[in-house]
Amino acid sequence: MRELRIHGRGGQGAVIASKLLATALFLEGKSVQSFPAFGVERRGAPVTAFLRTSDGPILLRCEITKPDGLIVLDPTLIAAVDVAAGLKDGGSILVNAEGGPETFPKLADRFRVGTVDASAVAREFGLGSKNQPIVNTAILGAFAAFSGIVSLDSVCKAIESEVPYKTADNVSAARAAAKVLRISEAPALAGAATREVSRG
Amino acid sequence: MKKVIVGNHAVSWGVALARTEVIAAYPITPQTQIVEELAEMCDDGRLAARFVKVESEHSAMAACIGASATGVRAFTATSSQGLLLMHELLHWAGLGRLPIVMADVNRAVAPGWNIWTDQNDTLAQRDTGWVQLYCENNQEVLDTTIQAFALAEKLSLPVMIVLDAFFLSHTSEPVDIPSPADVDAFLPPRNAALKLDTSDPHAFGALTTPAVYMEMRKRQQEAFDQVPEAYRLIDADWDRRFGRSWGAIESYRTEDADTVLVTSGTITSTSRYVINERRERGEKVGLVKIKMFRPFPTEPLRRALAGIPKVAVLDRNISPGHGGIFAEELRSALYDLPSSRRPRVDGYILGLGGRDVTPDVIGECLDATRGNQSSSSSREDLWVGVKP
Repeated sequence: MRELRIHGRGGQGAVIASKLLATALFLEGKSVQSFPAFGVERRGAPVTAFLRTSDGPILLRCEITKPDGLIVLDPTLIAAVDVAAGLKDGGSILVNAEGGPETFPKLADRFRVGTVDASAVAREFGLGSKNQPIVNTAILGAFAAFSGIVSLDSVCKAIESEVPYKTADNVSAARAAAKVLRISEAPALAGAATREVSRG
Repeated sequence: MKKVIVGNHAVSWGVALARTEVIAAYPITPQTQIVEELAEMCDDGRLAARFVKVESEHSAMAACIGASATGVRAFTATSSQGLLLMHELLHWAGLGRLPIVMADVNRAVAPGWNIWTDQNDTLAQRDTGWVQLYCENNQEVLDTTIQAFALAEKLSLPVMIVLDAFFLSHTSEPVDIPSPADVDAFLPPRNAALKLDTSDPHAFGALTTPAVYMEMRKRQQEAFDQVPEAYRLIDADWDRRFGRSWGAIESYRTEDADTVLVTSGTITSTSRYVINERRERGEKVGLVKIKMFRPFPTEPLRRALAGIPKVAVLDRNISPGHGGIFAEELRSALYDLPSSRRPRVDGYILGLGGRDVTPDVIGECLDATRGNQSSSSSREDLWVGVKP
């Protein structure tokens, strides 16, 4: 079983992202369970959402405190909250950021880090406003390439079935973001070297 | 059709597939999504129901009572304070023998203000004359919602389906949504024997003197006595049509067990995880899930637990001054077993106000009961996970 945590700010689509990812994994025949942090949400405030996925049935119905991976929709959260809290050794983090993984040295020292400028991609496809782009579909496209646990095609299919508004633009954003992902290899393997990847 | 949906929407789908005719509701977290989705279904024509917006939960239940009395299928949903505000009318629906179905998303009772899961809201309605069915996952929520209408209308009793706040209400997972035609074949339109009808006037709710009131109560009790068998048949019919059944209770890996957990709601699911892990280590442990709380499934529980040495009941609720409510009900149900076959019943209070119930917490309860060599039941429940 893999457990993921998604960090965002209210309005960025973190909860929808967890649902879309669950749907994409479900389309691949996996067991899935996704849920928001159980609380009271406000626009702009930090929001978290969670996902479990497994080949077998998922029985756990409690909170996720030790995730295997993170998706961070807003780079300012890294300074504001301890996003890596509980992240397992060897875990991975995908951040929506302009800079590469080397701009997060504290994280890149300990974890496999990927970055993608999902805000720029979302703006390019007119998702949300210029100042508050809705980045969830873009970052999920990059997550498919980053994690390898779900295919980009499944992410796009999930968007087609679950996103009624600007569906084609959201699919295009997911595909575009997957092409501009930057990854630092896991520290133990290759230091914090950065490479560009390109996956269809 | 399998779809990834939250537990709240599993209720909405069930209500729509049951072709509910009147929905009256007032919003409250964490229930609101149930009636939001139903309002959309009414608006876009997927559901041909009258959606009545009301100014309180008291009025929501009053509207359902009025609608149900005219012979139509009526539904509402609520949580916590909303359910407490309905309390007076729950008795009206119960003793009025109106087959209303309600979903309650279990939420702690204030103060302090708390939106997280806890069973005290529904358990406080124990004696209002409603059948209560607790659910463990979103599939069970959808199936139970439709089954509830069949059960309610079979015996003229209102049925409350209960799901945990957030751990079900806001959790998305795959749910098999049956086709409308298959549900129609399972659940025909309601056919009320007695109903308000302006062309054939009758009086309802008139003064009921000591000469007749007690007989009304006895008939209500007799109807409740028929619930376990009626539900067994409905559940078996559901199984034949849809390949799933739930049972008033369920025994899980209790064969040769020396210790058995008794659980309800989503704690059951996490407990299965713990039982599987312990079984792999060779520990003889199992669990019994209680789905039906009213009527209390006394006979099935006696059959399931007779001869098992130790039982640990996990209660996400508290009757102040007495203890965990499922534990007390279970002790009462098992009292008549011969002492050689009667388990020792330990009670644990945990998870109140939405405090997380993890495998470690459940393991702690299991270990405490397995390690306790006392032969008699302690009347004092242990509080688990409480700060000093």
